[in-house]
Amino acid sequence: MSDDFIREVEHVARLARLSLSSEEKELMADQLSAILETARKVREIDTVGIEPTAHVFSIPAFLREDVIYPSLPVEKVLQNAPKKMKSYFRVPSITVIEEE
Amino acid sequence: MELYQKTAAELSRLLQDKEITAVEVFNSFTERIDEVDPHLKVFITCTLDSALETAAAVDRRRMENEELHPLAGVPVAIKDNFCTEGIKTTCASKMLESYIPPYDAAVVEKLKRIGMPILGKTNMDEFAMGSSTENSAFFVTRNPWDLERVPGGSSGGSAAAVAAGMVPLALGSDTGGSIRQPAALCGITGLRPTYGRVSRYGLIAFASSLDQIGPLALNALDCSLLLEVIAGYDQRDSTSLPHEVPQYSAAAGRELEGVRIGLIEENISANFDPEIKFAVLKMAALLEENGARITEVSLPHTDYGLSAYYLIAPSEAASNLGRYDGVRYGYSADGDNIISLFSRTRGQGFGAEVKRRIMIGTYSLSAGYYDAYYLQAMKVRTLIRRDYEKAFQNFDILVGATTPTPAFKLGEKADDPLKMYLSDVCNITDALAGVPSLSIPAGLHSSGLPMGMQLTAAPLNEGLLFQAAAVLEKCSDSPPQQRTALNLTGRGEL
Repeated sequence: MSDDFIREVEHVARLARLSLSSEEKELMADQLSAILETARKVREIDTVGIEPTAHVFSIPAFLREDVIYPSLPVEKVLQNAPKKMKSYFRVPSITVIEEE
Repeated sequence: MELYQKTAAELSRLLQDKEITAVEVFNSFTERIDEVDPHLKVFITCTLDSALETAAAVDRRRMENEELHPLAGVPVAIKDNFCTEGIKTTCASKMLESYIPPYDAAVVEKLKRIGMPILGKTNMDEFAMGSSTENSAFFVTRNPWDLERVPGGSSGGSAAAVAAGMVPLALGSDTGGSIRQPAALCGITGLRPTYGRVSRYGLIAFASSLDQIGPLALNALDCSLLLEVIAGYDQRDSTSLPHEVPQYSAAAGRELEGVRIGLIEENISANFDPEIKFAVLKMAALLEENGARITEVSLPHTDYGLSAYYLIAPSEAASNLGRYDGVRYGYSADGDNIISLFSRTRGQGFGAEVKRRIMIGTYSLSAGYYDAYYLQAMKVRTLIRRDYEKAFQNFDILVGATTPTPAFKLGEKADDPLKMYLSDVCNITDALAGVPSLSIPAGLHSSGLPMGMQLTAAPLNEGLLFQAAAVLEKCSDSPPQQRTALNLTGRGEL
């Protein structure tokens, strides 16, 4: 596998915030290039003038009535938090950032 | 015949006639679970205590002659990607191994409201990504027809549970085949409804423009009864459809006179197992004998379906799974700063297939590749949709094989993602077009394994699918019980 593609894998993993071991990177480079090779088949078709489909039915968005519903109580929202403090989620510093 | 060998419709009748109690039904199925689950490994979590309470409450209310829903007291299992309040919901991922949702999914609310005892949460491929249930972070589920083979996936636990008589009904989710493919490999009936027919509120998201919830059961009538319960508009899912929910169960029993059926050339392809092709042709002939008109039809862009799907679904997944960051819920790794917290949490919490899909999706959405990959795939999706629109001008139902082969061996495709992706080749284009699609049993292969036939209709025409399936069931000489693996014994043999 070319070093170029390994670098590409590292770039994409950084965008996805996904830490990968060096073995995972190697394997991922092999598998991704095979999968993308297959996926490239979509480029064989001429799609000039074809609109993309993001949603299958061209129906207008249904708006619900503008009524206020109760939200989940704070303690329920926080019940699964790995780290919390009072009524907050707790995270490490967001000002000191060194890329891994 | 034991109660666990009966269909949901039969149980419903016996319960309404007060010939049996919901607690007796519960006992029969839980004994069956005790007997076969050690071999099949279907349940991630069993919720028998609350299910027994539900069953007992149904019996009490029935004693007092309260008006109950026909399915009250009929047990059900649900895939472990439906949120259940106070009950852990794992998506078969280390990421959500100890996640306890603070609310119920819309479909779970509906099951509870009518008094269906929920026996447990079934195994699946992690985050519904896979076709064999081998991608579960916890354990492998086995096919009740042959314990060395996969049950299919990603709703493999739900399919195996129904096929082995552990529950009469189950819910799964289908993004690109995850209900229909395991239904076919386990010899049961499974429906992917029209996109938007069932609320996705509380279904843990994989690819939002494709995900849809549907029933798995022993026959079409049972599927239609469960669909009547779960279908309908929900203001908490803005993609759910406002159309009235018809009485789907009334469709079983209608004649097929004049129904136009298209045999999809691409889904009886020359590379498929010849016995499966033959089985599908035989069933098409049966439909013809019952008054339907059969003609071959081509969906010319089918060949591009797999490629488009494996760009669109991973792109949506990469975006949806961005929420797993170790901050609000789920697995959390140690990190000295926010980026290392995010990256390590995701690197340690996700399994190999989920990482692969996040990588493919992130790649195809990234600067420089977006137009050539994601956007192009969405345009191809338009062409695929048009194939269906055109076909439905001339046909009411399209039929073909559900899978190219019967169930494959455990491990056979586990190391080759592309090979695994190909096992959904007949299921993907329906999902991209958003149309309803039903897999029904198509008899047994010479290997003794079940085969499946897939029937597809225009949006919101689920009733037609049940109608055709019921006609085929009537032609079959064996009751649904004999087409399933209900004879599996405690020693793990058929």
